[in-house]
Amino acid sequence: MNGFLPFLAAGWMLLVALYGMVTSRNLVHTVGCLAVAQSSTYVMLLGAGYRRGGTAPVFSDTAPGSRPVVDPVVQALALTDVVVGATVTALLLALTLQLRKRHGTVDPQALTGLKG
Amino acid sequence: MTDVLIAVALVFVVAASTGAVLCREPVRQAVVLSALGLGLALLFTLLQAPDVALSQLAVGTALTPLLILLTTRKLRRSTEEAGEDTAPGSAEDTGTPDGGTGSGG
Amino acid sequence: MTARLRVWLFTVAAAVVGGFFVAACRRLPPFGTARHPYGARAVTAALAHRTANVVSSVNFDLRAFDTLGEESILFGAVLGTALLLRPARDESLSRARTERVLPTTRLFGVLLLPLALVVGVYIVAHGQLSPGGGFQGGVVLATALHLAYIAADYRVLEKVRPSAAFDVADGISAASFTVMGLAGLVSGGAFLQNFLPLGTFNQLVSGGLVPLLNAAVGFEVASGVIVLVAHFLDQALEVHPSAQAPQPEEHPT
Repeated sequence: MNGFLPFLAAGWMLLVALYGMVTSRNLVHTVGCLAVAQSSTYVMLLGAGYRRGGTAPVFSDTAPGSRPVVDPVVQALALTDVVVGATVTALLLALTLQLRKRHGTVDPQALTGLKG
Repeated sequence: MTDVLIAVALVFVVAASTGAVLCREPVRQAVVLSALGLGLALLFTLLQAPDVALSQLAVGTALTPLLILLTTRKLRRSTEEAGEDTAPGSAEDTGTPDGGTGSGG
Repeated sequence: MTARLRVWLFTVAAAVVGGFFVAACRRLPPFGTARHPYGARAVTAALAHRTANVVSSVNFDLRAFDTLGEESILFGAVLGTALLLRPARDESLSRARTERVLPTTRLFGVLLLPLALVVGVYIVAHGQLSPGGGFQGGVVLATALHLAYIAADYRVLEKVRPSAAFDVADGISAASFTVMGLAGLVSGGAFLQNFLPLGTFNQLVSGGLVPLLNAAVGFEVASGVIVLVAHFLDQALEVHPSAQAPQPEEHPT
């Protein structure tokens, strides 16, 4: 595969998710787009850590040194963020519910001024 | 061979994420996000990252869509319960009255 | 700002970011490169600490401090969600209905629930050996518990999932991560430094602190996600604004 196409895929995912957030008319949809933007970082990280012909960095059934492995550091970064990102998504959805209760709308473009 | 599979998974992930962004209706978006989660889990497995694939599978296909569905349901119900006395313009925010509930997660 | 101006601004910004991104990607090591200096060092360090799953070793040993930050974000997010979604003074609770479940669905849930819980525990416990660990296993455990909702109904789920207990469990397991870190400090090393015997490579008890930190994170993620889903389910099923009297949802069955 071409040297940097996976990175471009990640970049496209990020930009398209940002486009969705900018034009969103519903905060629940905005949060969904943010989840896509998060996923783009995992594709980027794991793409950067991939090694052709490498195997997973787990030595429970392959002897250490027998085969090259892919980069475990980026995997550790992505792994924790997947779960932590989900809880942050939950926090944002909770904020959306609060917003609906206090302001009666979930359309970010209908939220104009601050209300006390 | 692996490169071809990775390319296929990448194309699927890019298509699913574009679809998830363009789906403006949260219930449908949750379904597309679930497919995206599955595609990402597949891609991560092919990229030799089973740890990340496992957490993506649990979170991306089940948890995030479930939370979005539950939020949509709550928003829709509060629109119904608020009845006539709140702004009728907000009715479109909560999508169509039929569709999935959270119990399928 | 009008919607059109916003899209126009986004297009300009995206063009700039996209241009620089493509330019940067062209200078990156190509996809699938064999040169991973950090990866190679992490593998060496993990093997020296007798942890078979290098990813777990990076998370809970080499970069454990970073994971402490991550799990604090998780704890904070759960705390914030619980605060935001607690029933307000102008809201009232109504019990969810008891619902009829198809016998096949019930059988499916009853058979799958223990199986899924065991799989969750397995994934947490074998984090230092095989792919898995606290973060993944915790989510599996939490979602597995919700099979009780599919097999029965919301009332049963509320019985098997005492919310207050999981609130406390979340806090305790979050704190235990820090306590284990401090134990490393007390035993004369550094914060989160391993002070336990490393064990035998590729055995369940290996990697020193890794299995313990894994278990702490597993408990925290499981109880955190259970608390999160519980609050969202409560909001979707039971909480009403009390300005308008909630419809009686109780149906004698």
